[in-house]
Amino acid sequence: MKRLGNRLLQMLVTLIGVSFMTFCLAYIAPGDPAAMLLESADTIVSEEILQKTREELGLDKPFLVQYGNWAAGVLHGDMGMSYSAKKPVIEKLSEGFVGTLLLAVVTVIFVLLISIPLGIWSAVRQNKLPDYIVRFFSFVGVSMPNFWLGLMLLYVFGLKLGLFPIVSSSITLKGLVLPALTLAIYQSAKYVRQVRTVILDELHKDYVIGARARGLSETTILFRHILPNAVLPLITLLGMSIGWLLGGVAVIEIVFAWPGMGNMAVRAIMMRDYPLIEGFVLWIAVAYMLINFLVDLSYSYLDPKLRKGEAA
Amino acid sequence: MTDFIKRNKLFSIYTALVILIVLVAIFAPYLTPQDPYDGDMKNVLQTPSAEHFLGTDKLGRDTFSRIIAGTQVSLFMTICLVILLSIVGLVVGITSGYFGGKIEMILMRLADMMLSFPGVVLAIAIAGILGGSTVNTILALLIVGWAKYARLVRSLVIKLRNEDFVVAARVNGTKTINILLRHILPNVLPMIVITGAMDIGTMMMEIAGLSFLGFGAQPPTPEWGLMLNEGRQYIQTAPHLMIFPGLAIFIVVAIFNLWGDSLRDLLDPRQE
Repeated sequence: MKRLGNRLLQMLVTLIGVSFMTFCLAYIAPGDPAAMLLESADTIVSEEILQKTREELGLDKPFLVQYGNWAAGVLHGDMGMSYSAKKPVIEKLSEGFVGTLLLAVVTVIFVLLISIPLGIWSAVRQNKLPDYIVRFFSFVGVSMPNFWLGLMLLYVFGLKLGLFPIVSSSITLKGLVLPALTLAIYQSAKYVRQVRTVILDELHKDYVIGARARGLSETTILFRHILPNAVLPLITLLGMSIGWLLGGVAVIEIVFAWPGMGNMAVRAIMMRDYPLIEGFVLWIAVAYMLINFLVDLSYSYLDPKLRKGEAA
Repeated sequence: MTDFIKRNKLFSIYTALVILIVLVAIFAPYLTPQDPYDGDMKNVLQTPSAEHFLGTDKLGRDTFSRIIAGTQVSLFMTICLVILLSIVGLVVGITSGYFGGKIEMILMRLADMMLSFPGVVLAIAIAGILGGSTVNTILALLIVGWAKYARLVRSLVIKLRNEDFVVAARVNGTKTINILLRHILPNVLPMIVITGAMDIGTMMMEIAGLSFLGFGAQPPTPEWGLMLNEGRQYIQTAPHLMIFPGLAIFIVVAIFNLWGDSLRDLLDPRQE
């Protein structure tokens, strides 16, 4: 219980720290948000109106008061108004979140389908041809910039073969395939190595030798004995990649014009829409930490040894 | 020397390739067949030909020359970043690991904060808000990346702090600064060099990614990520503009990754 409390405290500290940092950056950055807001609304900007807008937005107050007001608003579920969209930030974030979540889920399914069979195959045939092939492709996937891979897939499958749309500005199933595949290839390249390591670790344990000695078939050993033991470390790794997918896929969303949060964030940065940027960073921080937290919880739930330790 | 090469064939091959890339980067201005900045508006968006080995871009600039010149930009930025990461990591890690106390607590809390957050998101926000430039890109990735190095150094220093030779130096009355420089630093350095070397590829890719988004190097700098972004608009008419800069990133990153891995195997035989 004490560990849980510490963990939550650490999460809170991180949230405050990260949001404070973004706030500082927005504060010291060049450009006057009040002027930008007015210009985007095609108002003729006079000193008087500028002053009034600054007061309305609370931009005339000292920095710490501004941050305090913003944080208090967030606690009430109000993250301010987006300058560029003239909508509450929360609304914009939830719009983008649907796209990103969908992309993340499909990517994770692809990752599992690609990396688990390949990882097992390469572990079981260690230092034989299949192992070398899988390791070679894993190396290629890790070294390839994923935005370039995305562009190449777009060029071949979208443009030359015409199988998929080039721009998927609305959420469609067909438009989802290429971005998800791009992300999945990159993630699988990393994941397949880890699957291989985990399976290899298990293969050399005593219980496998015991099972072999009892005359069980290799398939039974693999599916009935090794896989259940390998599930735990794999879940942790997967949880980390979901966090990454929720946050760090801006580049791929831009390449495929996919309407997700990353795409939205990049546009917000270009338009200097600070409330939206601050909201985005906070949102990602919360999502990322929450997922890691859930992964940890599932760990102690799935592992009987840890469960006992908690009770004692 | 020949003995070393014979015993470490792979490492020697990769090192040779790395040296080749570094030489290309250093002598880039002499290796470019045409001016990477000056275009010929009569020859825009040309496909690869004898005169323009990899074609020309929207301003008629020779793509091959720009890729060569880009080696210098990318490599310089990456090396700067990795060196800065190592320095910050060493200073923060040694201070918090050797002295402990309140400084350690504050610094490590900060490090935990950075580690419990997807760095790329913050790097995009920082570089974007500060405005795209080579300096801001390096700064953004430095702010996001130092924590990993600091943590690593600190854990090594904590182990070293109570080793006999360090205790002996302290008992002898050696000045703290000398203990740190002569006893602690040399023992931490190999690990940092390995980590830095293994990170070169990743960092190069992240720098290119930020430039690709428009938050890194600005036109007309011949930076690979930026070139990809510019070429992206001509995906239909001139696909070579996006194929070759990406290929350049891929090849160079792959070589550095291979080199980093083999360097680790060489210097740190404990890890498989």
